[in-house]
Amino acid sequence: MTIEVKNIVKRFGAFAALDNVDLKVGKGELLALLGPSGSGKTTLLRIIAGLDWPDAGEVRIDGEDALGHGASERHVGFVFQHYALFRHMTVFENVAFGLRVQPRAVRKDEATIRARVKELLDLVQLDWLANRYPSQLSGGQRQRIALARALAIEPRILLLDEPFGALDAKVRKELRQWLRSLHSEIHVTSIFVTHDQEEALEVANRVVVMDKGRIEQIGTPGDVYDNPATAFVHGFIGESIVLPVEVSGGSVRLGGRPLNIAADGAASGASKLFVRRHDMQIGPAGTGSLEGAVRHVRSFGPIQRAEIALTGGEGKTVIEIDAPRDRELQAGEIISLQPRRYRIFAAQE
Amino acid sequence: MNTAVARRTSLPGFGLTMGLTLTWLSIIILIPLAGLFLKTLELSPAQFWEILSSRRTLNALKISFGLSFAAACVNLVMGTIIVWALVRYRFPGRRIFDAIVDIPFALPTAVAGVALTQLFAQKGWLGAPLAELGIKVAFTPIGIFIAMIFIGIPFVVRTVQPVLIDLDPEIEEAAASLGANRWHTVFRVILPSLIPALLTGFALAFARAVGEYGSVIFIAGNLPNVSEIAPLLIVIRLSEFRYADATAIAVVMLLASFVIIFAVNRLQRWAQTRIPAH
Amino acid sequence: MSTQTSFVTPEAPLKAYASTAGAAISSLSRREARERPRALASPKDFRTEPGPVRFVIVALAVSFLTIFVVLPLVVVFASALSKGFGAYFAALAEPEALSAIRLTLLVAAISVGLNLLFGVIAAWAIAKFDFPGKTFLVTLIDLPFSVSPVISGLVFVLLFGAQGYWGTWLQAHNVHILFAVPGIALATIFVTFPFVARSLIPLMQEQGTQEEEAAISLGASGLQTFFRVTLPNIKWGLLYGVLLCNARAMGEFGAVSVVSGHIRGETNTMPLLVEILYNEYQFVASFAIASLLAMLALITLVVKTVLEQRLDEGQTPRDDPRDDLRDDPSDH
Repeated sequence: MTIEVKNIVKRFGAFAALDNVDLKVGKGELLALLGPSGSGKTTLLRIIAGLDWPDAGEVRIDGEDALGHGASERHVGFVFQHYALFRHMTVFENVAFGLRVQPRAVRKDEATIRARVKELLDLVQLDWLANRYPSQLSGGQRQRIALARALAIEPRILLLDEPFGALDAKVRKELRQWLRSLHSEIHVTSIFVTHDQEEALEVANRVVVMDKGRIEQIGTPGDVYDNPATAFVHGFIGESIVLPVEVSGGSVRLGGRPLNIAADGAASGASKLFVRRHDMQIGPAGTGSLEGAVRHVRSFGPIQRAEIALTGGEGKTVIEIDAPRDRELQAGEIISLQPRRYRIFAAQE
Repeated sequence: MNTAVARRTSLPGFGLTMGLTLTWLSIIILIPLAGLFLKTLELSPAQFWEILSSRRTLNALKISFGLSFAAACVNLVMGTIIVWALVRYRFPGRRIFDAIVDIPFALPTAVAGVALTQLFAQKGWLGAPLAELGIKVAFTPIGIFIAMIFIGIPFVVRTVQPVLIDLDPEIEEAAASLGANRWHTVFRVILPSLIPALLTGFALAFARAVGEYGSVIFIAGNLPNVSEIAPLLIVIRLSEFRYADATAIAVVMLLASFVIIFAVNRLQRWAQTRIPAH
Repeated sequence: MSTQTSFVTPEAPLKAYASTAGAAISSLSRREARERPRALASPKDFRTEPGPVRFVIVALAVSFLTIFVVLPLVVVFASALSKGFGAYFAALAEPEALSAIRLTLLVAAISVGLNLLFGVIAAWAIAKFDFPGKTFLVTLIDLPFSVSPVISGLVFVLLFGAQGYWGTWLQAHNVHILFAVPGIALATIFVTFPFVARSLIPLMQEQGTQEEEAAISLGASGLQTFFRVTLPNIKWGLLYGVLLCNARAMGEFGAVSVVSGHIRGETNTMPLLVEILYNEYQFVASFAIASLLAMLALITLVVKTVLEQRLDEGQTPRDDPRDDLRDDPSDH
């Protein structure tokens, strides 16, 4: 089932939660809406679900206008961040709920409902909890039940609002993999919201990076990581070193000193240089664009992470780089750094 | 193409429930209050003043407000003592005493009225010994005072109780570790943090006592100018079909109560800025 | 009742006192140490008042409550039974008494029923939606609470009384509001209006809208959502509100007194009858009826306490992220 969202605007007072958002989701995709809090991702999700309404714009599900229908008519499955399980119903009754409230004309008989609930509980591997109450379950279990409940109505779209946000790190990782394998099994068009970029990159087919109500970039995880389109995306995804530079006449200067890197079509003016931590080439002093003294080195596994105090430029700029361990750095060493891959973006207010 | 979308809510039923709520509110509350308001407007300021400045009215208001204030003060002090004992100490029957604090609130006012009268009458269990001491309670302003204390008991206690329970013990430990003796800790650290709740309880007790009718009219002498409370005067005026008088007194009572509660709210907010509770 | 946990045991600060300076502190701690063997049940001795002070405070509290609350309650029953059980039951069997009881029950049933229905409706509108003017609306709902009962009766007299706004119209059509059951019912509905709503609104606000949204997203209609999801979650709060509403409805005196006209056998509720009988010096009869009302109050308090406990525990703690630390090992 495809989703199309056009020119969505949503304001809360003077605050623009969504500012002209356009998005297309293809059939069977697993899409991540990624961004910091306040970026509008949950608002967008709720608008698609029918739990919120935009001030302007269109939402089409499978080509039909969805805004004419409320959440109960859109046939979407929604999984809440805090599960929203019905506290006074057993797990079984929770999962069966969607099937039991269908209008009589459509409703299946009790035996069929029972069978389907059992099927779903098997799918999430929690059939042994059928008679427990939500308060008796752990967070991870609750989330899986919430998912089973949403799937019971055979939704054409599955929407998940920070589904693993309330869980601890270990459980989060496990459920991520579980969600991915579940999706490859059932192929429901799914959108999930997260502020955890690792989660988005690991799980989704495509990632939509949002900030302040706007979409910054849409692309595969690889795209978004390797070819960030804006400064925000570069800074938000993966660890970046950010240096303030001046671009003029095709040359890039840091604190007045020219760096030996191409401006690559960047506009003149105050800009920011973005480099991934592991994209700095280390060389002996004097050979690269940047130079600095090693302040501190931490080694773990195949990587050493070093704090470098850059020389030249105003004040003391300290950056962190990741380097392979084939050549161990010593504290106090002066080394030079050359960005292998980098992006230059105009400095924003 | 930008289609403006009408504002909708995620949960259904807003229109219907709001509509019904407003209708019911209008029937039960707004229309009656409008009647009161209209009646008030019918009076010219001169008439208003005339009614209010009659000796009997003034005395009734004085008695109502004056004794309510005094009773609320008593409840402020005793309420603090009671809530302290209930929250901080363990003693036999504590739970029962905790429960009976609610009785003045739950007991029908007429029952309270006749019970207190019976108790403090000349031949009553408490009235008799007091009479020996030359103190007459029933059918005097003192009786009114006693009844107003009775009905105000739950307000200070129940308002302060949750605050006292939630008080961070570490605050007291900090005070002790800084050299405060127990009295300092109690009077300079703990009680000040209870002030907003105390004031609220006081205001509630005050407001309740001012408007109280059933508990008071039995034990009061109901002698005009001596032991007649304002609500009783309203009832009398109504029975005399002097609706305007009754309305005027009622409006004064309402306004005064609102002013008092407003003032206490202000005091509370001020207290909270000076002595942040938690 | 809360258990105040402190990370500091009684012994630890004692050691701290000993090492730091302060004669006052060390003498305090010595006094505390002396007192501890005699201390009452409270384990937090080092931060409580000295024994004699505690005793005085408790004594004051207990005597005050005894004099002002226990004694009046006891007097009711003692006076009712002062001429024996025979007289007691005879008084209750009087036709006036029976009709007063019937009227009280009728008026209570009407008030509670209507205010229950509209209280729930109002609570839904207020707790589950956001709209401007909500504070004003809630204040309006709370209004009968802060108004003197006499004034509550007054407003109806101003409307329906012989000289009221609609008085002549009513007389012309021979419709009796005042001095009849409708008036009593209206006045009672007015004063008991807030109870159900006040009990439900904070509860429903705290429970939030997530479960209802989940139900809607699963295809439930509004009514289905309310009956299957909301109602079970608010049942204790609802009972609580109904209980208090009922207690007030049966016990209301001031407002009803103003509108009823005290017509014996017809428009006397139980509280009004108590007044009438008392003023006629029929003490046993008066206190007999009063004792029924007192018993109602006591039962209300007992049930209220039980419900309060249910409300406290039945409130399943919001899905606490910390719960997930106790992950089920068989989960994987």
